[in-house]
Amino acid sequence: MTLGVVWALWLRQMKRYARSRARIVGSLGQPLLFLVALGFGFGPVFQRAGQGDYIQFLAPGVICMTILFTAIFNGIELIWDRQFGFLKETLVAPVPRLTIMVGRTLGGATVSLIQGVVVAVICLVAGFRPIGLGAMPEAFVFMALVALMFTALGTAMASVMEDFQGFQLVMNFLVMPTFFLSGALFPLTNVPPLIGGIAAVDPLSYGVDGVRGALTGVFHFGVATDLVVLVILTSVCLVAGSYLFSRIQL
Amino acid sequence: MKTFGDITAVRDVSFAVEAGEMFAFLGPNGAGKTTTIKMLTTLLTPTSGSVEVDGQDPATHAISVRRKFGIVFQDPSLDQELTAAENMRLHAALYAVPKTARDDRIERLLKLFELWDRRDSLVKQFSGGMRRRLEIARGLLHTPKILFLDEPTLGLDPQTRNQLWVLVRQLNEQEGVTIFLTTHYMDEAERVAQRIAIIDHGAIVAEGSAAALKERTSTGTLEEAFLALTGTTIREEPGSGLDQMRNMAKMWSGRR
Repeated sequence: MTLGVVWALWLRQMKRYARSRARIVGSLGQPLLFLVALGFGFGPVFQRAGQGDYIQFLAPGVICMTILFTAIFNGIELIWDRQFGFLKETLVAPVPRLTIMVGRTLGGATVSLIQGVVVAVICLVAGFRPIGLGAMPEAFVFMALVALMFTALGTAMASVMEDFQGFQLVMNFLVMPTFFLSGALFPLTNVPPLIGGIAAVDPLSYGVDGVRGALTGVFHFGVATDLVVLVILTSVCLVAGSYLFSRIQL
Repeated sequence: MKTFGDITAVRDVSFAVEAGEMFAFLGPNGAGKTTTIKMLTTLLTPTSGSVEVDGQDPATHAISVRRKFGIVFQDPSLDQELTAAENMRLHAALYAVPKTARDDRIERLLKLFELWDRRDSLVKQFSGGMRRRLEIARGLLHTPKILFLDEPTLGLDPQTRNQLWVLVRQLNEQEGVTIFLTTHYMDEAERVAQRIAIIDHGAIVAEGSAAALKERTSTGTLEEAFLALTGTTIREEPGSGLDQMRNMAKMWSGRR
């Protein structure tokens, strides 16, 4: 694998990201809304139910939401490249497709990770208090895994999608349920068995739990479970993404 | 031969292009031009039959065949959010052009195609002609032996077309680059190509110089010869999902 190519494709994603100011600002609006409306709106109820400060609980969920949405979008951006033709330029280059896929995915994952960090900072401003600075690297590892997993998943889906018609489908039937049923918004203890069961097979649950556990010290599944599940699922997504990407026909 | 499910896009296409030649590949819409180019450029593998590019089979030696050619696709393939120079440098990275030669070559090509002054402008601010010139410049960056041009002058004004062919011919004569082109403009093919092949319904129906084709059909112009060989029926091309998306993209980029 040529590192020069991976680096060049990664750099391309960074430049595109840095130049799309509207997209950066726009994509921060949603997490901010969740934080303000849900965080402050449900805060008193949450408190009274004896669960403590809702912002403390919600912030890791909102950080993961940002990473999930940005990562899926970055993966799906492949359709855009197919559309505007740049994909062809990379596919006729004397480089194995795996290298192209790795460069793209690392670029997309980095972008979503940056977005996640920006939202984390916003959460701090809004009153979120992690247990200590030592929690940051641990949380960062979980955030990076979530970013990588969903960028690879987005790439995998975009590889088999011809146009944007399917994008809405993916958003409504995959991304939204993944987010809402992951325990990002509510504690998974004491939920009905059905919801608990769904959450247990939802990959994002483990990401949210990992980030939340690292930042607040309270895990639901446990740090080892989170890490093992995420590493396995991320690998599966990367392999599936690479395979489907290698089969793209123009 | 290449089939897609029940559809046979190309069934009987046999031809040879000499090194250093300018070869035009003509045919009505849906005749199989682009499918043939895709097979030559490793993007598709033939269902049957064999292809050789500079002595190598694109299906089995994809990577080394890809180093030998540059290609300008029918539709744009630049990254519009990057500058002209960035598009060139990205191409250099993809083709492993050595760093030492890279910047000199980029400067020479951008100057040749009169884009040097705009090297730091985003491609999305470029006109259609400038984009085309940049694509050709980019396709030449890794000093390919063969340059594929798939309808390179589509949608360009006569001035830009003229300039483009002058440059392409210059490359062919001075650097010996083999040119394989497709176009719908018969006058262009007649002007620049030494040899012409006409493809229709997935098969080559005639091959030779423009003069030979006119003589064979006893017509006065290449356009008449083309119509005599391929008939006057208008070809319908089914719009694929990709075409619909292209239209959508056009609308989007128009709005911006």
